[in-house]
Amino acid sequence: MESYLNIDHVSIDFPTANGPFRALDKVNIQINKGEFVSIIGHSGCGKSTVMNIVGGLYQATEGGVILQGKEVNEPGPDRAIVFQNHALFPWLTCYQNVELAVKSVFGKTRNRQQIRDWTLHNLELVHMTHAKDKLPAEISGGMKQRIGIARALAMEPKVLLMDEPFGALDALTRAHLQDSLMEIQAELNNTVIMITHDVDEAVLLSDKIVMMTNGPAATIGEILQVDLPRPRQRLALADNPDYNHYRSEVIKFLHQRHARKAA
Amino acid sequence: MKDKAIYFLELTGLNWFVPLAKIASGEPAGFQFQQLTKMIGLPLLAMLTFLMFWHLGAAKVDTSLGQLPGPVQVWEQVKVLNAEHQAERQRADEFYQRQAERNAATLAKNPDAEIRVRDYTGRATFVDQIWTSLFTVFVGFLLASLIAIPIGIVSGLSQNLYNAINPLIQIFKPVSPLAWLPIVTMVVSAVYVSADPMFSKSFITSAITVMLCSLWPTLINTAVGVSSIDRDLLNVGKVLRLSYFTTVWKIVIPSSIPMIFTGLRISLGIGWMVLIAAEMLAQNPGLGKFVWDEFQNGSSNSLSRIMVAVLAIGLIGFVLDRIMLTLQKFFSYDKNANIR
Repeated sequence: MESYLNIDHVSIDFPTANGPFRALDKVNIQINKGEFVSIIGHSGCGKSTVMNIVGGLYQATEGGVILQGKEVNEPGPDRAIVFQNHALFPWLTCYQNVELAVKSVFGKTRNRQQIRDWTLHNLELVHMTHAKDKLPAEISGGMKQRIGIARALAMEPKVLLMDEPFGALDALTRAHLQDSLMEIQAELNNTVIMITHDVDEAVLLSDKIVMMTNGPAATIGEILQVDLPRPRQRLALADNPDYNHYRSEVIKFLHQRHARKAA
Repeated sequence: MKDKAIYFLELTGLNWFVPLAKIASGEPAGFQFQQLTKMIGLPLLAMLTFLMFWHLGAAKVDTSLGQLPGPVQVWEQVKVLNAEHQAERQRADEFYQRQAERNAATLAKNPDAEIRVRDYTGRATFVDQIWTSLFTVFVGFLLASLIAIPIGIVSGLSQNLYNAINPLIQIFKPVSPLAWLPIVTMVVSAVYVSADPMFSKSFITSAITVMLCSLWPTLINTAVGVSSIDRDLLNVGKVLRLSYFTTVWKIVIPSSIPMIFTGLRISLGIGWMVLIAAEMLAQNPGLGKFVWDEFQNGSSNSLSRIMVAVLAIGLIGFVLDRIMLTLQKFFSYDKNANIR
């Protein structure tokens, strides 16, 4: 059966003074509809590059990305991106930031009232209605990322791409946002690719963890299916033997078999 | 109300008055008074020291036009120039009144008579010349901005285009207005030919010279501002599949507004400086011509009158800069940025 999103033997070369540099080599991932996939690896291994290729911001040198049977090679709202540094427009209020996305994607098919309702609905989804008229500079980092997620969700993407979405946040805020994300995921059942370097985050959130080897010519080392029942509770999982098993699998991969040589 | 007033004062850069506004609104006067002493007292002290040195120094310099004028003589001329302006205004009013009466009388006699309305052609006073200068610099600056901002945006977005035009910018940027002027004069004379010109040639020449010199800071600052936009913001635009123009309008311009305004401020400052030189040579009736005429005139008051012009030029330049600063603060999204 054809998978929903097929990252098909993707390789990418970057031009350098000494000829092309192969950053990714034959990365091959199949993702089903509604699946939450994490890509984990050491920094610099090219996991963000994978996401940028799926997002259409980079072009694969070999192979390609097939979404619902169609090749995608340019950016589009069907693959909305949540950026690590939120990338909100600082001159727009939270509401306007989300509204801009809604207007660009649905401006032709929905009327004013529908656009307004949909914008507010997505702000509600991330619990940010109370700050809708504030500028990004006036809210905290976690809140900014909530708006970033609301903006991406508002595009009704087929695949939601998240590039280390909680990487810039402190541990407590990160936990809050992870819980919110699981809550949203339970409701919408989106297909998600999340880049992360946090083992707990990967195991807690994912259905599937893609572990990448170190570059150059990084590729997939192992794929781990995480069969923990949902909804998952952070506290209950702490003592769960399965959870700890998955966790140690990922840690062994990262720190034993593919430890970074010299950081 | 109080917060609004203070915000307005800070926005316009009139920070000196903030403590006064706070005292007026009932805040403890002691601390505000200290602030006031710092903000107004120190500049005032510096100014008095300057006036003293000027007064003492000027008395020691003798020129062929008499003693170099001190603050007192210059202040005299301020009053004289103002009186001249008032007198000229009055003459103009009287002229128009006489004309209106004459025309009314003609019409009363014969309703079909053709009446003539003539402009008053008196001498341009100092105040008139200030207005001419302001209008000229405004036109030149506006033309420069209309050219520089679009080119700056386009070349900021395309590294190749920037590389292509950068050498041209670097070559033309340091050229003095005085070098442009003869060329501009000849080109304007050759191209701007009309039986009933809307603007005088000297005006066009001055405005274009101002334009040529005030293009560059805006262009360069806009290009730098545009090229340093956060890549992620542009990527958001790509994900949303915004068109080129929407991207420019919704993302590029708002995020480079602070840099664009920095360029505009420098441009306006340069434009104002260039204008005086251009007017001197192009004989456009403005402050530059005033200075030149007074210099050629060579009466015993000339130096004082020129010095009035110098101070007026400085004050107007300062006010123009403040206006730009206020606009910059008003349009910038980052209201907390420390812009001076």
